Amino acid sequence: MWGYIFKRLVQGIITVWFIATATFFAMHSVPGDPLLNDRAVTPQMRANLEAKYGLDKPVLTQYFVYLGNLSRGDFGISFTQENRQVNDIIRQHFPVSAILGVLAVVFAAAGGVLFGALTALYRNRLPDYIIMFLVILGISVPSFVLAALSQLALVNLNSLFATNILPVAGWGTIRHMLVPALVLGLGTMAYLTRLMRSSMLEIINSDYVRTARAKGVPPARIFARHQLRNAILPVVTVLGPAIAAITTGGFVVELVFAIPGLGRYFVEAVQQLDYTVIMGTTVFYGAFLVFMVIVVDVIYGFIDPKVRLE
Amino acid sequence: MIELTRNDFDPIKSKAETQGELRPSLSYWQDAWRRLKANKRALVSLYLVIFLLLFAIVGPWVWRVDPALQDLDQVGQAPGVDRRAVIIDEYAPWDGESAISGFSGLRLSAAATTQAVRLNWDVLEGANGHRVYRNLFPVGPELAFGIPIAEFFDNETLFFEDRLDVQPGTYFYSIVALDLQSKITSTYESITVSVTRVTTLAEAIENKLVPEGAFLQSGDEILLALHPLGTDYLGRDMLARLMAGAQVSLFIGIGAPFLFVLFGVTFGSIAGYIGGRADQIMMRFADFVVALPFLLFMILFKISFGIGPGESGVFPMLVALVILMWPATARLVRGQILQIREQGYIAASQLLGARPGYLILRHMLPNTMGVVLVTLTFAIPSAIFTEAFLSFIGMGVVPPTPSWGSMSNEGIKYMLISPHELIFPALLISITVLAFNLLGDGLRDALDSRMRNFE
Amino acid sequence: MSTTGIESNAMAGKVSSTRSAGRQLALYGGYGVAAIVALMYLLSLAAGSAGGGGSSGLAIDAQNNSITIALSGEPPQMDHTRQVDSLSGTVQEHVLEGLLTYDYSDNLVPGVAYRWEMRDDGATFWLRDNARWSDGEPVTAHDFVFAWRKLVDPDSGSLYSFVAYPIKNAEAVNNGDLPVESLGVRAVDDATLEVEFERPTPYFEKLMAFNTFFPIREDFFNSTNGRYASDADQLLYNGPYVISSWVHGSSMRWEKNPYYWNDEKGFIDVINVGYMTQDVNARLNLFKDGQIVETQLLAPMLTNAMEQRWQIDRFMEGTLFFLEFNHREDRVTRNYHLRKALQLAQDPVEFVYKALKEPSYLPGVSLFPGWIKGVNGLFRQEYPPIKHQINVAKAKEHLALAIQELGLEEIPPIILLVDDSPVGNLTGEYYQAVYRKNLGLDIRIDKQIFKQRLEKMTLGDFDIVAAGWGPDYDDALTYGDLFASWNLNNRGLYSNPEFDQNVRIGQSSMDQQKRMDAFAEIQRIIYEDVVIIPAYERGLSFVVDSRLKNFKRRSIGAPVVFNYAYIDDAEL
Repeated sequence: MWGYIFKRLVQGIITVWFIATATFFAMHSVPGDPLLNDRAVTPQMRANLEAKYGLDKPVLTQYFVYLGNLSRGDFGISFTQENRQVNDIIRQHFPVSAILGVLAVVFAAAGGVLFGALTALYRNRLPDYIIMFLVILGISVPSFVLAALSQLALVNLNSLFATNILPVAGWGTIRHMLVPALVLGLGTMAYLTRLMRSSMLEIINSDYVRTARAKGVPPARIFARHQLRNAILPVVTVLGPAIAAITTGGFVVELVFAIPGLGRYFVEAVQQLDYTVIMGTTVFYGAFLVFMVIVVDVIYGFIDPKVRLE
Repeated sequence: MIELTRNDFDPIKSKAETQGELRPSLSYWQDAWRRLKANKRALVSLYLVIFLLLFAIVGPWVWRVDPALQDLDQVGQAPGVDRRAVIIDEYAPWDGESAISGFSGLRLSAAATTQAVRLNWDVLEGANGHRVYRNLFPVGPELAFGIPIAEFFDNETLFFEDRLDVQPGTYFYSIVALDLQSKITSTYESITVSVTRVTTLAEAIENKLVPEGAFLQSGDEILLALHPLGTDYLGRDMLARLMAGAQVSLFIGIGAPFLFVLFGVTFGSIAGYIGGRADQIMMRFADFVVALPFLLFMILFKISFGIGPGESGVFPMLVALVILMWPATARLVRGQILQIREQGYIAASQLLGARPGYLILRHMLPNTMGVVLVTLTFAIPSAIFTEAFLSFIGMGVVPPTPSWGSMSNEGIKYMLISPHELIFPALLISITVLAFNLLGDGLRDALDSRMRNFE
Repeated sequence: MSTTGIESNAMAGKVSSTRSAGRQLALYGGYGVAAIVALMYLLSLAAGSAGGGGSSGLAIDAQNNSITIALSGEPPQMDHTRQVDSLSGTVQEHVLEGLLTYDYSDNLVPGVAYRWEMRDDGATFWLRDNARWSDGEPVTAHDFVFAWRKLVDPDSGSLYSFVAYPIKNAEAVNNGDLPVESLGVRAVDDATLEVEFERPTPYFEKLMAFNTFFPIREDFFNSTNGRYASDADQLLYNGPYVISSWVHGSSMRWEKNPYYWNDEKGFIDVINVGYMTQDVNARLNLFKDGQIVETQLLAPMLTNAMEQRWQIDRFMEGTLFFLEFNHREDRVTRNYHLRKALQLAQDPVEFVYKALKEPSYLPGVSLFPGWIKGVNGLFRQEYPPIKHQINVAKAKEHLALAIQELGLEEIPPIILLVDDSPVGNLTGEYYQAVYRKNLGLDIRIDKQIFKQRLEKMTLGDFDIVAAGWGPDYDDALTYGDLFASWNLNNRGLYSNPEFDQNVRIGQSSMDQQKRMDAFAEIQRIIYEDVVIIPAYERGLSFVVDSRLKNFKRRSIGAPVVFNYAYIDDAEL
């Protein structure tokens, strides 16, 4: 087992190196000049700035300097916010994205299991149709439309009831998180609902359920012990990738709801061609994804010995 | 005992004699098609997909309106508005002289039209300048004057011509006195103005609204150009733009998955067939690409390819999608090939001297096609969503090329005043995504070989 | 959705079994909800420590005399000697103060200096003794000398150093030709500041109110070890407010500075920057929800604003937007007749009123925006610009001449460079359609993100660029010298000796009348030689909570100012 973990970690480090390299060269092939600004820059000032960010050296040298800094976990200084370290930016903004992401996954998983079970239970009856409508919404509406519309709905609800229990934007308390997390999680929730529903239906027809029923086990017990438990398994297996995808996919929600997460920051950095922030964020997210996959695999390894042997 | 005669050892003349068919023999694809047809949801989706393709390809031949043509007389019009317009003279600059005399206070100096609303007024008591407001509602006790459209910091200018996006209907104009600090006071006058829709003869001829040589004069009524789904913020025909947008969105949505599936299949089948060390290296490379954070790299690639002048930006998006999305298919196909490679018929074929290329193309790939087709169908919605997402953050296709994503993104800005600009493109995205998802479900069920043995 | 298909439930027991299973599910659902609530509680605790400020509050809290506002983003550079953006400028306006300052009615009034004297060759400022830093130390002339030296020091790479060029030797120091100590500014004693001019600079006193010339105290700067202005505690304040907390990218809190001398500024005790977001829609929704005190209104939002019965206000923000031509040798736009054709075939009035539809925008008529001051009154009134009339027939004549002069069969596709903002899109789409319709020209839109567009502008990789220019200081020269042949911001490399001659007069004549005559000449050349096509002057419609009085917007420096604002709670 330890050997397996070690092997995965080594692979992970190589993958992160690959991501870092790809990011570096993609970034350096971007047309445009990060040092230009609204107001023209004199050659003297330009030379100073280039020296400050090390852009005066050959690209290959820059690459090795960059790798060296990376191995020390140092992403450099932001181009647009010259007083901030990229590390600080990530440290301050990633937790926001992560919290939002975790909450969205929790909503998605809880909702997916509950709704999936409900639709299977009330198949072709009213609850099924209502939930399937939600599922269709989650699958087919682009996230930015959904986010903008839900914010609009929130404003109208608030003014209708003259409250602001659920703020329309911002970050800080439990009340700020609720709607953005729901919007962020809806797509995954829809996917999980469908998954749960089909695995529930498969199990209803399985031999062991039939046997249990024949033995006279109470239906509620069959439902809880056999159907629900077994149907959840496939849901659990897709949760790992879902967490990663959601945590790094919150751009839209962060932009619309004015949430100070890393995704929004990345989009702004791209528009400003802020080299260091773009590279730092990409490598960090890449490493985070790789790490999450390893963790999930290792957990499976503990649960299911077959995986380890592979 | 059966008597065998010599005739029994004659070669069979035709296949039909060999066995009586109990039911027609079905190939894999025929069987799948039969099952798909039985699945109503999938069938409806298939029709929808065909309809969308027709909409994109045949649509522009039927509805021959230039999607880039700006009809600035009809900006942001909802579908089905009154198109009647009165012909008036060309716009001529106005020096502020009132044509209608004998009135005092805030007054109209000419009939209010969508071309211009001309106002005159007298100096308000204690005023040190005036501000002109336009409102859709009466001012009311809270002194909500509406939109400030002009202000004058002296008492000499006592006229104003409103040409700001004047729409037919009722407006409430007010002038409010300014104090010495140029701030508004509570002294105001207000009038109600009803605006008629007008156009000029030159515009009518230019937009081909009247037959050539028709004799028309000022005061005649004509119908403005028809826009069945309304117009957008620059007066462009929504239907034509949705069709043009369909071409872009579906091209990206179907083209990119097609290309990366093709690449993935090639990569995966080669890796799977060769196996061993080469396979390990190739798959490790695929793992690397999978590890790249998708949306971030999508943006990164999009800007690093750069878009030249006059280009639509579709091609860079396509390339970025292909670069980032192929590994999933490659893995899938490789897995399938690894399984198939161990099958008996492969060994048999090999024994008969089949070459690797023949083996892959004749025996292996056709057997993975079902899985590949399902992957392809499910990849389309995600490609369409990606395009829409990029448009949302301003990295989408370049104007004037429309796409459903960029149209929805523009529509969001106008959703409070002309919701149709958001609803139509967003609805088309939803329908497309849903149709391909349901079709994918249907295909998966129809092509599932487990299911094949079921019945 | 599996098609497993066969429902094998025994029909008889189905209803009851469903019900009991449903009950079981409801029980699990209950557990689930409880668990989620607990988790959310924990997460909200975590969020409090990660990026959360007190961003839930009311727009106006009359009891605590505090308000909540939104900024359009994180202030990128709080070191005012290196800042170029208006966002950081907004914050600095509230927490720092220069030698002079503007009052609510835009009169230049004493700031840190209580008296000053302007001469042809320099200026003297006498500093008040009750101006203090937020640690209680007095603000001295040395603090200004240090800050201004830092401004022109080539090592600090300040993009705004050129505004200091009227000071003696500033340009030479900035180019690294002279040591920073030779800058023509000197602290005679703690309370007297002497400035020597490079050339007569009539508008110098106005510069003294802008954040570029605010002071920095040397010992504090050195104590921050290069992290000056990076955090709330890495800044020293001498303005009406201090930043008491700053959660990057999320929120800020400005509290009244106890050491501030002027009781004419800073009536509100606490200003919460509750939100930092670019998204105007989000800000509008926050305003509707009573979370912030003011917000901008874009044209599509106005109908809704009228329904809400808000008192909508407007403001001319001062920035001019225009189509700038590339005058380089190898470009077709170097041809006068082509430019003239392009000028005559369009009407900014239609662009603003029909395409942009912003009620606060003014159609462009001149290089000098309407608010620029002339000799006595407004420049626009003293020197009315040439009245533009669209004339397609004449435009076509010029086009034919251009084709002839260039020796071409037809005009090749013309590249129009635009930025990636919504207005940039609209500008591109509108002019493309207009020129195709009126002149049959093929305009190719080249849409680029901010920095890529800047690079193309600098390299001259365009025919026409949709550009804008905001004022740096309150004088016609901030626009007047833009197309001087030596100006680095003249990206189309326009060069005309007559134009340059007038710019020189505008720069250094002490006779206001002569200067304005020169600017009027510049205005004429711009139109007649079609250096640019003015498109629009930007303004904005906005709405302020009716309980907040004396909220201020400005064209130069900080766009929004709360220094004079107070809460009038009488209506409640």
